[in-house]
Amino acid sequence: MIPVQFDYAAPTTLQEALGVLAEAGEDAKVIAGGQSLLPILRMRLNAPEKVVDLGRIEELRGITDEGSHLVIGAMTTYADVLASSAVRDHAALLVEAVKTVADPQIRHRGTVGGALVHADPAGDVGAPALALGAEFVITGPGGERTVPADEFFRDLFETAVGEGELLTRIRVPKHTGWGAHYEKFVRVAHQWSIVAVGATVRVDGGSIAEARVGLTNMGSTPLRATAVEQALVGRPATEEAVREACAAAAEGTDPPSDLNGSADYRRHLATVLTRRAVLAAAGA
Amino acid sequence: MTRINVRVDGVTYTDEVEPRTLLVHYLREQLGKTGTVVGCDTSNCGACTVHLDGRSVKSCNVLALQADGHEVTTIEGLATDGRLHPMQQAFHECHALQCGYCTPGMIMQAIDVLNENPKPSEQEIREGLEGNLCRCTGYHNIVKAVQQVAGTGEGERA
Repeated sequence: MIPVQFDYAAPTTLQEALGVLAEAGEDAKVIAGGQSLLPILRMRLNAPEKVVDLGRIEELRGITDEGSHLVIGAMTTYADVLASSAVRDHAALLVEAVKTVADPQIRHRGTVGGALVHADPAGDVGAPALALGAEFVITGPGGERTVPADEFFRDLFETAVGEGELLTRIRVPKHTGWGAHYEKFVRVAHQWSIVAVGATVRVDGGSIAEARVGLTNMGSTPLRATAVEQALVGRPATEEAVREACAAAAEGTDPPSDLNGSADYRRHLATVLTRRAVLAAAGA
Repeated sequence: MTRINVRVDGVTYTDEVEPRTLLVHYLREQLGKTGTVVGCDTSNCGACTVHLDGRSVKSCNVLALQADGHEVTTIEGLATDGRLHPMQQAFHECHALQCGYCTPGMIMQAIDVLNENPKPSEQEIREGLEGNLCRCTGYHNIVKAVQQVAGTGEGERA
């Protein structure tokens, strides 16, 4: 299978990229690592007139420490995240989730920013970004704006990034010393989340002091299980106490029904996986 | 058509390609390097795995243009002076193939696994090869071959 013909541009600076996008308008499609886009183009589910490759823009790549936040360039690959001690120390949930993405070859090419803008509800970085309260820096012809995580994901494959704009970096508040786990339920050969749950918790004296829980593929966007987060605070990190708090994991969700499972089955999975994720994150 | 410069298996090529040309098609159809095969064409099976700047990628999921200015190693670039690469030799000795279709990608990924982690456990080898499917389900001897090269586990040469 080969894609429909398209024109190609590979700008080397952000300014140049924004110029190319402005000129091409709605007929352009941005390619980051291409690990989601190229299958789409090959299957001809999309046929853009122009593909704008961000792969040669150095300034979009890399992870920097800005004190209270880690700043992850949108073109940073999954493999770069896994190799970063800063991410492991300050945003462990992201590492736990990225480990489960597809396979090593895909993780060498695929990018964090590309996955976030693609916004597949079964993608594995959205829920952790949401749970960690990440901020999304979006750059357009008019300059930069910063969008909080709970306003970034709009709908199925739709984010706050508008036409002519690019996600340039993700600012992740440090969660230093927080335990983290990403519990993913998949068919092994596919690694595509049927449901997954990312949990990160701060344990203090055997009790859960703070908790963040993100849900993958429980609706058209990643979701945060705020009822569970609140119910966990102050509880001992024990199976029984956590089980009770996680019973509300599917509250307010709208999971899909498909060949892999019905919506009801996914709601059941969400409570089980949330319990497992929280217990593992708490080191229990 | 767009011009690219790519170094493949140690030789520099300058070619005109259509932007939509996938790296695997460029390797096979323009360079004649048919050692790299197309398996599933959906980025699942890993049969088309090559190294791009030393890291494994699925060449059906990379545009030839994205390799412009970069270095590609295929299964055809592994042997030196007529001698098989140790991983090729180990696949041969351990009978790590049945129909052989997944073998080029499997070998390229197995080398990447050991580049990342020279002494992997059996579990780490299996996880490192999770993006490569063997339609004969002959994983057992594939894992043994990787262990032989790593000098770990049962596959280690006596």
